[in-house]
Amino acid sequence: MKKKDFYLFIIPSLLMMFFFIAVPLAIVFQQSFYITQNVFQEIEVETCTPGFLKQICKTEIQTKPKLDLNGNLIKVSIFVGLENYKNLLQIEKLKKAVFNLSLNEIENITFWKAFRFTFTFCLITLPLVISLGLLIAITVNNLTQSIKGPVIFISLLPFIITPIIGALAIRWLFVGEGILTSFIEFFLERDIALFASAWTLEILMIIYRVWHVAPFAFIVFYAGLQTVNKETLESAVIDGANRFERLRYIVIPHLMPLIIFVSLIHLMDSYRVFEEIVAFSSQAYVISLQWLTYDFLTPDDTGNRLINRASTSAMLTMVGVTIIILPLLKRTWEDYREGKL
Amino acid sequence: MKIKVFLFGIAFALVSNFAWAGCSFTNVTEVRSLTNSFDAWKAVTEAMSECGNVTATLDSEFKDKQPDAFAANPSLYEIGGVSGSTITPLLNAGTIRPLDDLVAKYGQNLNPNQLIKIDGKIMGIAMSVNNQHLMYRKDILDDLGIAEPKTYDDVLAAAEKIKAANVVDYPFGGAYKSGWNIAEEFVNMYLGNGGDFFGDGNAPAINNAAGIKSLETMKKLTAYMDPEYLTSDSTYAQKQMQQEKIAMAYLWATRAGAMDNAEESKVVGKIVMASAPMGDVRPASTLWWDGIVIAKNISDAKADAAFKVAMEGLDTEMVTANNDDAVWLITGYQPGASAAGASATAANGAAPYPSGSRMGVMHSALGNGVPEFLTGAKDAASTLADIEAAYISAAKEKGLM
Repeated sequence: MKKKDFYLFIIPSLLMMFFFIAVPLAIVFQQSFYITQNVFQEIEVETCTPGFLKQICKTEIQTKPKLDLNGNLIKVSIFVGLENYKNLLQIEKLKKAVFNLSLNEIENITFWKAFRFTFTFCLITLPLVISLGLLIAITVNNLTQSIKGPVIFISLLPFIITPIIGALAIRWLFVGEGILTSFIEFFLERDIALFASAWTLEILMIIYRVWHVAPFAFIVFYAGLQTVNKETLESAVIDGANRFERLRYIVIPHLMPLIIFVSLIHLMDSYRVFEEIVAFSSQAYVISLQWLTYDFLTPDDTGNRLINRASTSAMLTMVGVTIIILPLLKRTWEDYREGKL
Repeated sequence: MKIKVFLFGIAFALVSNFAWAGCSFTNVTEVRSLTNSFDAWKAVTEAMSECGNVTATLDSEFKDKQPDAFAANPSLYEIGGVSGSTITPLLNAGTIRPLDDLVAKYGQNLNPNQLIKIDGKIMGIAMSVNNQHLMYRKDILDDLGIAEPKTYDDVLAAAEKIKAANVVDYPFGGAYKSGWNIAEEFVNMYLGNGGDFFGDGNAPAINNAAGIKSLETMKKLTAYMDPEYLTSDSTYAQKQMQQEKIAMAYLWATRAGAMDNAEESKVVGKIVMASAPMGDVRPASTLWWDGIVIAKNISDAKADAAFKVAMEGLDTEMVTANNDDAVWLITGYQPGASAAGASATAANGAAPYPSGSRMGVMHSALGNGVPEFLTGAKDAASTLADIEAAYISAAKEKGLM
């Protein structure tokens, strides 16, 4: 293809990526180095609100934002350098906590509590998703043709369900006197409260995420299984390789590029874990980096939003996800260079 | 064909006329409102719609939408439904108008209690009051010979007896969900114990004896609650009471009506509404109000029409038809047994919720910090110190300090 045609093809995508991804990213990056605030003044105000039968009037000094001549709120942006990052990362406290080798102390810093959960969530769900996806793909591949279709359909269903709905469904099954909790209580003959401790919540979230994403891994691996070289498999059978040896030496190496692909996608997706935190109302026990950014952006009753801190948290999330997928990207790049791709 | 269209037109006109019967005038200017979505607002907006040309938006996320909607020029809504705290962003931004002349023209049926006055100007019209108070199963407490609890020590003693008797799953329940709800519980407890939130220059001042006592009382209460209390909001606790899972609850007065809703509740007629338990200084509760405001960035003619419509929405006819939906401030309200707790709490001297920019930041900091004490991650003093640090950090960022 001529260079000119190539550029004409990709210019629209490049433009959209520039305006909708690169520019907002640059703006968020810039916002993380500033603090935007209203200018406040202290004035004495008398406020009269209804008591039950009589009004209650209180005079007190209140801090109110100043308005300019047009009646708009005055906003100033102050450059603060790395101040936002320092406030979020709390390096001094972190050093002390690491020195004391105390996980508890590390988790007392909000950012690192979110980071710890996000990190372990990614690393635990990854092998589970890959192995479950592979298991389902190999099983379905060996089914008789007549029931393959319905089974594939049913296996894909968890992925189609909107994450927040699926997570809410899990919540209702397990919270309080939910059906499955009552079932487990019946068997163990004791009361359990799955939503009252961090580790049970994390396990529920991992179970939900694996159930939700495994179909994606399944369908990618299933497609890959269709292209396994049949002759190689036959000669392996003739040479006396059993099922596991065939899997290990032929199928998995063949699927390796797809496994790396699914791992990349899954790591990027699971790093953004958010719906589970919201659906399980777990913010007292378990929080994630994405949820932390959202919490900063949620206005309180009086309309305050911590936009600059949210920008900082978003930038740190991006740094984290880049670091976590770096090994896989490196592997993909090496495969490409060696011509394996 | 033409006859059909003609007949349809007549039918439509008749129906429309019937719908306008409840309003004393026909509204011709388009009036839009944005309010919360609970039952009281449904009643008010339905009454307003009877005037015609009224579009009501009921949204539980209204507080996220209102500041920007009202700051638009022209404003996206004429009428806003607010509470004691959600009026603050609109007041701060100057996007709502004073109502003194409109009240003089159309507000003859308003009680003086309903006029929300900021710095001498009427900025809003209150329609109902709300506060959190105690609700308990009279039959259970009578069986066990427990008198109505007046203080939190009484509540804890009663809970111990109820636990020993093993008659319900949990003796106590409340809206202890992490975030806004648990912060509100701490605010109520702390104000009840006479604490002040701020010192000079908006500095936080909660790390004191009253703060520690408040946290410890909350922790003692949680021993008698469903262990998943940090996920339970008002609706969850209300359902627990309705389904006989708890014997005492600390809930909003607007939940009282639900206890006698035969379609959902198993405890119809068994619940007594009592005053919020007394703290060291005053009842451990805060007074809230709900009401309407009128936007500033609209023409005076529109504001006129909007205010007239709002008055129709807040008239005696509406209250008589929806008496138990809220603790109304409007003439014609008959306080029933469901309002007894709210009025007792107010009569005992509960303080209004101290809304303001800095209180908003404090409320958020409390919402994230208090659960850390209840889960046992930190002790009381360091929890309060960390909440103060979080508040200072956010307040500095906002320019309050």
